[in-house]
Amino acid sequence: MKPPRASPSSPALTLERIAWLVAALLVIILPHALRQPPWVITVFLALAGWRILGFTGRLPLPDAQHPPLALLKQALGLLIFVVVYLGNDRTLGRDAGVSLLIMLLGLKVLEMQRVREYYLVAMLGYFLVITHFFYSQTLLLACYLLGGVMLLTASLIGFQDARRALPALGRLSLASRLMANALPLMVLMFFLFPRAAGPLWSLPKDAHAGLSGLSEEMSPGLISQLGLNDNPAFRVEFKGPAPAPSELYWRGPVLARSNGQTWSRGVTGDLAPPPIQGHGARYEYTITLEPHNQRWLFVLEQPSALPAGSRLTRDLRVLVPNPVVQRLRYTAQSYLRSVVTDFNPREIAEALELPRGFHPRAIELARQWRGQSQAPIDVVRRALEYFRSEPFYYTLTPPLLQGDSVDEFLFDTRRGFCEHYAAAFTILMRAAGIPARVVTGYQGGEYNAIGGYLIVRQRDAHAWSEVWLGDRGWVRVDPTAAVAPNRIERGIDQVLPEPILDMPFELHNVAVRQVLKQFHDVWDTVNNRWNQWVLGYNARRQTELMSQFGFEPNLGNLALTFVIATSALAFCTALWLLRRQTRPDPARAAYDRFCAKLARRGVRRARHEGPQDYARRAAVARPRQAGSILRISDLYMQARYAGDQRALRNLQQAVRSFRA
Amino acid sequence: MPGPLQSVKTVHPDDRAAFEAVVAAAARVIVGKDHELKLSLACLLVRGHLLIEDLPGVGKTTLAHVLARTLGLSFQRIQFTSDLLPADVVGVSVYEKDTGHFSFHPGPLFAQLILADEVNRATPRTQSALLEAMQEHQVTVDGKSHALPQPFFVVATQNPFHQIGTFPLPESHLDRFLMRIELGYPDNRAERVLLKGRDRRELLESVHPVIGPKRLMELQQRAEEVHVSDALIDYLQDLLDFSRRAPAFAAGLSPRAGIGLRRTAQAWALLSGRMHVLPEDVQVVLTPVVGHRLRGSDRESTPAAVAEQLLRAVPVP
Repeated sequence: MKPPRASPSSPALTLERIAWLVAALLVIILPHALRQPPWVITVFLALAGWRILGFTGRLPLPDAQHPPLALLKQALGLLIFVVVYLGNDRTLGRDAGVSLLIMLLGLKVLEMQRVREYYLVAMLGYFLVITHFFYSQTLLLACYLLGGVMLLTASLIGFQDARRALPALGRLSLASRLMANALPLMVLMFFLFPRAAGPLWSLPKDAHAGLSGLSEEMSPGLISQLGLNDNPAFRVEFKGPAPAPSELYWRGPVLARSNGQTWSRGVTGDLAPPPIQGHGARYEYTITLEPHNQRWLFVLEQPSALPAGSRLTRDLRVLVPNPVVQRLRYTAQSYLRSVVTDFNPREIAEALELPRGFHPRAIELARQWRGQSQAPIDVVRRALEYFRSEPFYYTLTPPLLQGDSVDEFLFDTRRGFCEHYAAAFTILMRAAGIPARVVTGYQGGEYNAIGGYLIVRQRDAHAWSEVWLGDRGWVRVDPTAAVAPNRIERGIDQVLPEPILDMPFELHNVAVRQVLKQFHDVWDTVNNRWNQWVLGYNARRQTELMSQFGFEPNLGNLALTFVIATSALAFCTALWLLRRQTRPDPARAAYDRFCAKLARRGVRRARHEGPQDYARRAAVARPRQAGSILRISDLYMQARYAGDQRALRNLQQAVRSFRA
Repeated sequence: MPGPLQSVKTVHPDDRAAFEAVVAAAARVIVGKDHELKLSLACLLVRGHLLIEDLPGVGKTTLAHVLARTLGLSFQRIQFTSDLLPADVVGVSVYEKDTGHFSFHPGPLFAQLILADEVNRATPRTQSALLEAMQEHQVTVDGKSHALPQPFFVVATQNPFHQIGTFPLPESHLDRFLMRIELGYPDNRAERVLLKGRDRRELLESVHPVIGPKRLMELQQRAEEVHVSDALIDYLQDLLDFSRRAPAFAAGLSPRAGIGLRRTAQAWALLSGRMHVLPEDVQVVLTPVVGHRLRGSDRESTPAAVAEQLLRAVPVP
């Protein structure tokens, strides 16, 4: 019986409301300032500022009253498109899309006049929140954006609050309460919303451009670039005790060819894997790998059981079919001591190749050693001794090598990072007739006692060598260990010039450092949990969860169920709302038919007109029907207002036979 | 036909006759103000107090007086001035030498119909004393409560224009009055009758009581029995709801205003010869009942305009 409520007149765009909206948008846009060219944000600020100044009357607005300005606005919109298109190398990918969204949102703020547009801008603001996750999905950003969503919601509340009954704080608290109410739904959607196995839609190709890490090539300076990069490469949880830090060689790309300057993958590396005989302790561990947009996985040397879906190559790399663009969690097993003695002539031949016309002095030196030594192992020892006794330095900032990189390093500068030592050592070995290759990856890692895992960062990137020693097979030799044993035994932090925590003041106090380290560990643990349980909740984990509840793990099923459930819910809600509005009172329904008949004759009942007043007016307007009009109205009033239920049937009959 | 059959109540012929007689008798003195007369009667029927706001000389006092006479109620007129004290209105305790006790000498408030003339001239203290009596139907002097006679009505008048040296009733006090009406100038025909006729004072003398206090209380009882359907409650609720939500009004209607509106509509229906309330009844009494409680967002609009705005905005369900 409840009629649709009379609605109060719609809210107006006031300065305060616009300012709230702009403030909320600014908060949401702000993190994009780190990634977008500065002029994008500037354009947004200028347009929003124009709107606010225009509202206070200090600037003319580009509306219908100022046609030239309105034209300027249109031109500005076009210009933005053109500049973004050209500024992003003529591709409309992720970056260009976000730039466009931000600047055009500014234009919309400038021109919004109607209530509908206010809502549109607010909704676009919510959409803008999502765009951040194309770039980063950290916990910190999520929390920050939650604040942005709260502000935006509060500005919508302020817009609805016609009497301005709520102060600013009240709006914020109501917004947070609304969000808290939505939390169960959010959690439900998080777990149940169908997840595709890959990315739901493919991101434009620039999406993964910024991923740093090891590449498949090595030239002097490439790894030392990573030396100051604090980003995690992966995190490792050992099942059982972890090996000593000096044993933690995380194997990545193996480089067998050199062109004199740059090392790259050899052709024999991709052949079928050799048999591996492992002995000693076997370690099982789970790695959470940060996306690096490459096909290889890092495992502890040497792998004995591979992660699901991966394969091993001849040079003992672990490959997956597609580049890792999402955080990946996998379990593997390794023996620290293992022997690979499978002889392959092509592989050995490749491991002896020297770039033609390079490194004459190094080759000369190596030939000398070879002549003075009995066995290959002696040459290896000789070389390591050379690094140890001559004034070689391990440094993150080696001098630039301009000529022959190996010769210059070995005989002139003698300052280098791991890649210099690995490259020089490998060349020396090859020149001495010992098959050798460069292995890159990470070495060591930092133990996080709070989370109970090892975190390996980009600055742990490392390069070492492998030599073929006949019956002993491939043997790892790390020339860096000869120069800077601390690097291997105690981690990269011991040899880097300054600690990772870049402090504005000197921190000599050990206790403060301890606390900072503790804090650092806690923070990384929280992040790791976030990565594993929130971001790592992928299609596979979802399927597992579903099957635990006896649900058929099938994406199609899930999607179908979801669609059906949502539609059913929406349908029921709509039905309930509709029923509430038009639950028909029979007397009222009959009277409405009567009014409709009269309205067709031009006697329309005003919404606020009572039945008695209307009857009198209609009787005067249609004097011939005056009798039946008065009688029907009387019956209606009896039925509806006097509680006379007998009148209803008479009323229905009278209305049926009524001809206006 | 579902549900139990319910017979429709009609107004008892005696009651109908009583109203007609009262209105007819009063109309002899108050010429051309039948509508206002009927509104005042409706106000008394639901035990409400009446505020008349108008220029001097349009018959505010006469209206109160004639009501008292036709209804057979004892009448007291209190002229409010700025030096009037609460005790002047309520009464005082006086020490009696003979008995050695204090005895209460009731003030002019102890009558069934009080005319509080120019109530806004009195100080807030005196106004409060009156308003407390209106609310409680009793007065307290020296810690002793004295019940006021039954029935008890206050008809207060105030002059809206000469505001110098006055204490306008605050909103909380205005809310105590069920109705606020204006009388306005008489129309042409009424003016003519007034000019040609006898002196109103003399006429007043000739008016005889049509009914007594006891009968009036019976009729008050009857007004409460007037049927209010769910559909009408919906309408009342929509009106209240709209007044609270719409930005056109600075403050919404209180629940007390809502109840007052319902009761007055019941009385109006009874006076109109019906034992059920129609939306029109609500619409007729809307302006007098809510006009002084509702303020538009712009302070300019008159009570009538604000009430009209409310009436037009809310559809009859």
